[in-house]
Amino acid sequence: MTTTPSSAARPGLAGPALIPALVAIALALAGPTLGPYGADLMVKMMILSIFALSLQLLVGMTGLVSLGHAAFYGIGAYVTVLASGSEGGNLLVLGLLSMAGAAGYALVVGALSLRTRGVYFIMVTLAFAQMAYFVFHDTPVGGGSDGIYLYVRPAAGALDMENRTVMFYVVLAALAATYALLALIGRSRFGAALAGIRVNEQRMRAAGFPVYGYKLAAFVLAGALAGLAGCLVASRDGVVNPELLGWHNSGEVLLMIILGGLGHLRGAVIGAVAFTLLKEVLSTHAMVGPLANHWQLTLGIAIIVFVALLPRGLIGLAARISPRNTP
Amino acid sequence: MSPRPAVPKGARTAARQGEGTPVSRLLAVEQLTRRFGGLVAVNAVTLDLHLGEVHAVIGTNGAGKSTLINMLSGEIEASVGRITLDGQDITRRAQYRRALGGVGRSYQRTTIFPEFTVHENCRLAAQAATPRPWTIWQSAQGCAASNAAADAALEAAGLAAEARRIAGTLSHGAKRQLEVAMCLATQPRVLLLDEPLAGMGAEETDRMLTLLAQLKATHAILLVEHDMDAVFRIADRITVMVNGAVIATGAPAEIRVNPEVRTAYLGEGH
Amino acid sequence: MDFGTFLVQCLNSVQYGLLLFLVASGLTLIFGIMGVINLAHGSFYMIGAYMAFALSPLFGDQFLVMLAAGVVMAAVFGYVLEWAFFSYLYQRDHLQQVLMTYGLILVFEELRSILVGNDVHGVPVPPWLAGSFALGDLMSYPWYRLFASAACVVLALGLYAVVNRTKLGMMIRAGASNRDMVRGLGIDIRRLYRIVFAAGVALAALAGMIAAPMSSVYPNMGASVLIICFVVVVIGGIGSITGALVASLLVGFVDTFGKVFFAEISGIGVYLLMAIILIWRPEGLMGRKT
Repeated sequence: MTTTPSSAARPGLAGPALIPALVAIALALAGPTLGPYGADLMVKMMILSIFALSLQLLVGMTGLVSLGHAAFYGIGAYVTVLASGSEGGNLLVLGLLSMAGAAGYALVVGALSLRTRGVYFIMVTLAFAQMAYFVFHDTPVGGGSDGIYLYVRPAAGALDMENRTVMFYVVLAALAATYALLALIGRSRFGAALAGIRVNEQRMRAAGFPVYGYKLAAFVLAGALAGLAGCLVASRDGVVNPELLGWHNSGEVLLMIILGGLGHLRGAVIGAVAFTLLKEVLSTHAMVGPLANHWQLTLGIAIIVFVALLPRGLIGLAARISPRNTP
Repeated sequence: MSPRPAVPKGARTAARQGEGTPVSRLLAVEQLTRRFGGLVAVNAVTLDLHLGEVHAVIGTNGAGKSTLINMLSGEIEASVGRITLDGQDITRRAQYRRALGGVGRSYQRTTIFPEFTVHENCRLAAQAATPRPWTIWQSAQGCAASNAAADAALEAAGLAAEARRIAGTLSHGAKRQLEVAMCLATQPRVLLLDEPLAGMGAEETDRMLTLLAQLKATHAILLVEHDMDAVFRIADRITVMVNGAVIATGAPAEIRVNPEVRTAYLGEGH
Repeated sequence: MDFGTFLVQCLNSVQYGLLLFLVASGLTLIFGIMGVINLAHGSFYMIGAYMAFALSPLFGDQFLVMLAAGVVMAAVFGYVLEWAFFSYLYQRDHLQQVLMTYGLILVFEELRSILVGNDVHGVPVPPWLAGSFALGDLMSYPWYRLFASAACVVLALGLYAVVNRTKLGMMIRAGASNRDMVRGLGIDIRRLYRIVFAAGVALAALAGMIAAPMSSVYPNMGASVLIICFVVVVIGGIGSITGALVASLLVGFVDTFGKVFFAEISGIGVYLLMAIILIWRPEGLMGRKT
């Protein structure tokens, strides 16, 4: 669903909800058929999709370019591990705690960063993410640069994340819920206000919108959703380390939404999938031979070329090829 | 979601006031001053806006008109002075709160949303006043109050026919009309219009002036303009600014013959 | 702490701050004049340091000559890089600039890895700058650090002189406030941008070369300096060289004394400083209020 009201649905959700719903159902049905490697990869891509969707709210819908979004992802992950203790924790409780922790830091960072705009904002968000990185890297809180291990994956009654199938469906459900939430926001008054702020803040203020408040709300919500993704990645990997909050991670998630298509919810998902696959391909010897050892180089060049030639992402490319499919 | 009453609150407040206060005075500006370091951009300006009247502010470039209007709408803070809306001191109030309190503003450089339709532009502006913005399960399109306010604003501005057009495709004159319509969508009582006639031809100017004549019955209008013919046609009162200070205020006929004004401004072959 | 230690830490603060200033001034100039946010700016610092590592055996004692050679090479590199890559960034929005320069960082990092490997290296201090001098009874201060500070001061003064006293500087200042008007005056804006960019690269690389004997040469040095420079620019105000200087020194002091008093979490000291500035003056100390 795009963010411009004129291309929004007829008042029901039938039209644009159809394709994402079909994809979700297809994934649900395909779940059991994927082998362990396939399911693992899918879970990874779904978690990154949630992460990318949370940033899409901030960058694509509100126009706030944050270069420090990984901080909230990482904080969510660390909260899950730290709050799990040695017995493992309740999945729902940990999920909420992770979101709350991430949202809390997002409130502080947002309150300060939103006093700036444009390039300043980009730099400040990066700096605050780096600050969080240092806390987990240098202090005993985070177990230092090696990170910490999760003793027992979270569970909620019969839903035990130690079980691969359960994990697959829990993550799928979380992705579907996040997507649905953001779609609702997109068509709501709140979303319309964010779109207006993205296009012309000045006019919004003159019309009577408390712009700072709206931006802060979007920032905190985006942080909370990133925290949810963090909780899930900690549950999947069983270990967390400070690099989750690193600027490389912040840069990559930003890349994902550009790769897929800025401003479109499905762009975040497409981008997350495409970027994960791209990294896989570039570092697999079978695909690129000796270049696999230098995947950073090929990735860097790929990024430059892609952003230069396809600023509107894969969705933009699809639109150019077949205009009738325009979002 | 109760929409704003159709009768401007100013009229009812006016009925309540008495004791010799100018009952229709909506906006009072006293000794408003703005300094930028050593430069005094606006110097002790005093004026007021009454319901039912168009009060034009004219002056040469650099006379401080933009700074003045920015201080009234709340974009810039005043260094010294007071601004009163309907008896309430709004000098330190943030811009968006002034807007919600009934001060509408249009900009010299068009600030419409070009990707949205004309109707969506107004609906979004009107949305600012609707309560409970966190109810995300309600769609923006379905918001009755915003739609009604948008319809009314477009009707008043004469753009109802263009409601479904993408705003970016409008002619320049129509865009300026939309700028005013968005201002009206928030149901203000005071209109601060910054050069609404900028870049308009004769026919478009006529349409805009007719619109302003209709609007003035229910609003207090401040009009900053360069088009002297238009100003003398529509204004009920004129304030002339030179170098940040007011040099004359009065009815158009008085201003026209005021010797200081003629020397400072009108004499330059307009 | 006794006076000797205090003095040493002050000198360290100034030296670190001045080095940061060299890098940050390039960053703020490039942003202020060309409007480009460049994440790869830290990579130029790293390139400078690795250049010092590579050139040191060739030049031996001739440290100043090596610095000069490094500056020339870096300037040429910057000139070519602007022509080949950065000039295409000016028309693009900040998000695209961020991502394309991010890609550039990856390219530089990998090229460095291919050419020089990932090991940490030391660069020897030239013999004529080796050793320390006495400061009071108990403390001593290395000559090289003093040289580093002095070199930065000289460069800062030179920068000030160029920007405020020369025709080039006037064009730079004009270009910062009004790009289109400068073009209208018939000044070749493309060459101006190329020169400014090359200067920014040279300054960062030079800072890296000067820092190399003190901080050693390691893979991640570009990223750490970049983020600190962003903090400096935010505190000082974009486009203001004086602001960058004041902010760099502030950061230098906060970081150095932070390490002394709060060893473990000293890393977050500068970010707390930035947070305070954001609360008090979000446009930066010398930034223009929008």
